[in-house]
Amino acid sequence: MRNLLEVNNLTTYFKSNKGLIKAVDGINFTVSSREILAIVGESGCGKSVTAKTILGLIGQKKNEIIGGEVLFKGENLLTKNYREMQQIRGKEISTVFQDPMTSLNPLHKVGQQIAEVLTIHEQISRQAARKQAINILTKVGIPSAASRAEQYPHQFSGGMRQRAIIAMALVCRPDLLIADEPTTALDVTIQAQILDLLQDLRHELKTAIIMITHDLGVVAEISDTVAVMYAGHLVEKAPVKLLFAEARHPYTKGLLNSIPRPGSRKKLEPIPGQPPDLHNLKTGCNFADRCPSVMAKCRQQSPLLKKIAPDHQAACWLYEEER
Amino acid sequence: MREFCYRFYKNKLAFLGFIILFIFLVMAIFAPYLAPYDPFQMDPQAMLQPPGADHLFGTDQFGRDILSRIIFGSRISFKVGLISVGLSLIVGVSMGIVAGYYGGWLDNLISRIMDVMFSFPQIFLALVIMAVLGTSSTNLMLAIGLVYIPIFGRIARASVLSIKDSLYIEAANSIGVSNLIIMLRHILPNIMAPIIVQTTLSFGFAIRAEAALSFLGLGVEADIPSWGIMLNQGKDWMEMAWWNAVFPGLSATLAILSFNILGDGLRDALDPRLRNEGE
Amino acid sequence: MLTTNNNLSSQNKDSKVLLKIRNLKKHFISKKGLFFSKEERVKAVDGLNFNIYRGETLGIVGESGCGKSTTGRLLLRLIKATAGQLEFDGVNLMDLNKKELTAMRHRFQMIFQDPFASLNPRLKIKKIVAEPMLTHQLHKADRADRVKALLEEVGISSSYLNRYPHEFSGGQRQRIGIARALAAEPEFIVADEPVAALDVSIQAQILNLLNKLQAELGLTMLFIAHDLSVVQYISDRIGVMYLGKMVELTNSDQLYQQPLHPYTKALLAAIPVPDPELRTNKNHLAGEVPSPLNPPRGCNFNTRCPAAFAKCREIEPEFKEIKPGHFCACHLYSREEKTNEN
Repeated sequence: MRNLLEVNNLTTYFKSNKGLIKAVDGINFTVSSREILAIVGESGCGKSVTAKTILGLIGQKKNEIIGGEVLFKGENLLTKNYREMQQIRGKEISTVFQDPMTSLNPLHKVGQQIAEVLTIHEQISRQAARKQAINILTKVGIPSAASRAEQYPHQFSGGMRQRAIIAMALVCRPDLLIADEPTTALDVTIQAQILDLLQDLRHELKTAIIMITHDLGVVAEISDTVAVMYAGHLVEKAPVKLLFAEARHPYTKGLLNSIPRPGSRKKLEPIPGQPPDLHNLKTGCNFADRCPSVMAKCRQQSPLLKKIAPDHQAACWLYEEER
Repeated sequence: MREFCYRFYKNKLAFLGFIILFIFLVMAIFAPYLAPYDPFQMDPQAMLQPPGADHLFGTDQFGRDILSRIIFGSRISFKVGLISVGLSLIVGVSMGIVAGYYGGWLDNLISRIMDVMFSFPQIFLALVIMAVLGTSSTNLMLAIGLVYIPIFGRIARASVLSIKDSLYIEAANSIGVSNLIIMLRHILPNIMAPIIVQTTLSFGFAIRAEAALSFLGLGVEADIPSWGIMLNQGKDWMEMAWWNAVFPGLSATLAILSFNILGDGLRDALDPRLRNEGE
Repeated sequence: MLTTNNNLSSQNKDSKVLLKIRNLKKHFISKKGLFFSKEERVKAVDGLNFNIYRGETLGIVGESGCGKSTTGRLLLRLIKATAGQLEFDGVNLMDLNKKELTAMRHRFQMIFQDPFASLNPRLKIKKIVAEPMLTHQLHKADRADRVKALLEEVGISSSYLNRYPHEFSGGQRQRIGIARALAAEPEFIVADEPVAALDVSIQAQILNLLNKLQAELGLTMLFIAHDLSVVQYISDRIGVMYLGKMVELTNSDQLYQQPLHPYTKALLAAIPVPDPELRTNKNHLAGEVPSPLNPPRGCNFNTRCPAAFAKCREIEPEFKEIKPGHFCACHLYSREEKTNEN
């Protein structure tokens, strides 16, 4: 099967008055259709920047330097101009952001906002667009959608708003949905509802999802494949069960040992220290300073993401010899 | 602090303003040593001399050296600025902090008083105060100071409101820190940035107000060499001795302008939003 | 840590009780409408009854708007309760005037959620940590040494004494906040979502630090969080709040293994478990929390409760001890033997 999305050696650098920030530094991954890929990492690891770069939301300004390629259905998105990207965004690739409060225009009716997306991208009458908007609102689980469509965003609760935003993202039946921390601002019980919804919809609408999150619980709950990011690099990638059962990269292991698990009082083993300052990264592996298994080599050269087992990739010198 | 200095230094225009004001300040402090002539010394032989080698900026209708009078005039301007702005700074900021921090009826009372003061045009209010109190340099400083109290009050109050609910204020409360200490130690330092900017700008306003009021004959006593008085007296000789009015006017303009660009520069250098971007 | 749980049942003598909370309420009233004719009453906290025992960590968990943060601030008297009783070590905090309260403040301290907002950006960290001692006139002679010791204790090198808060990362700032809370040698600490703003790897560092300090100093702690896994890790007992009321209170293991209240069960089911093998299609709670402006009649949870019956829509269930040490407010258990707390 051909990959829906192929990201090759993607780099996103920002020039600042303190030097170059390597927010994303040469990452590779693929997403096949209907796959849910979770990109997980801590704040500042570059996961959101990756999403924005794929969407073409970064790269317009002078201080933003982008390299590599993002192949979507075989076409490189990074070479497309603003107009061409507008055609793709919202129709073939759409997004859901973290904050359900600011993603909707407070001055327009919810149904109207969803119908507008349709009329921009498709030759469709306003009547038909309205009808489809109500349809999709029903699908995302908004009760009495027809009357809800006539309401304004402030009349929706937080969870309902996030449902409406998901409806807006999915109304054109995109092939890829990029969801950047879609449940972080929500309460646990609402989060569970939204995760269920995303699971159901990807089957129904045949949409692939890139899920960006810091929450390993969410990752385990929803994803097929997991990519772990640390300081601009992908450090490990594997199918979800494999990753949680046999994490190989010391950072992934550290993360898994850092989270309290419900019903368990096992002492947490936090990763010592803190993430490096992206302004002045040292040579070698970015994780070397916090790594319990650091070797001399780690300080000299940065390891590349390589296959270490079937379906399992890691960027770590520990597994270099084994190959 | 170091970063602030660097940012400020990088702003060339503001730095220029700072240099000019520094020169004015040196002039004011060392006036007796710098002035080539006695500013009060009349010289019937040298009335209305145009600018030249003897008198760099010329002389006035009594033969007094304009340059010396301008140098001495800077003393008046800075004194008026310092004392009147100091007055409005202390009173206004205290009122603003109290109003913003305590809220309720106290806030209402203070804010309404300020609203009333604000509803008059500033120069008109100063004129009224001067007319009531009579012309003297003390009264002038008092009048200008009173007029600018609500400006400082409003800025302080608004800044307090924006940080009053900060967690570090609540943290201080939870420790048991008294209200006075909270206002002095936790609130005041955190609202300094806009106040410093306003102080600088107000200096310019105060100098302008002094010049304007003196020009109208409601400022300092007529025998004191102030820029406003000189302008006032010089305007009568405009046609035959332009230097009489132009040089004091230029000095006032330069000083006011410098304070304004310095204030703008400080605002940029102190703005926390800009600063965070640099970090 | 687990062994202490046995001492915590209600049969204990009152001397073990550090905080006694009875029918504590906080209603926020706002006037609305033309000429402020309409009165809106938000029952942020509406009748809490529980004890906090010396040396325990009591976790409070609930979703946004359940009143957990308000509860924390009420217990510290940072805000004044609308009604009810609040006893700290036998002293009724509700009766104290401002001066008496200030004099007691060093005995209870708070750790805040946002480590970026809770430290005064204009003060050096040595001043921040010294402030409680300065305020309460403690350790006059060796204050500087104590600041150093406190910072070392929470893992901040004393060579950073003269730095400002913005020079530290989120995790480090939270450590500084903890050092400040400990400076006055309090007996009781309220930690309001202390790790919610931190990254996972840093979260674990702070949780372990709090655990260590609590054990070393014999602190009593109220730990407020929305994340049940985090609360469970650190707490001896857990209280679950929903819409201004406590619906269940018991020891941590009991709460996980045998939750009684339908809301607790739903909350447990909703936590995303970091183990893909356990992924199941659970029955997740439908609907959302009703507006506290207009709470439902009867039990607050009846609009979402899968087990609700007629009585739940009429009568508010009482918060009572169902089993020894296990409190719950639910009509499902009302037929059982009545044993009131105290």
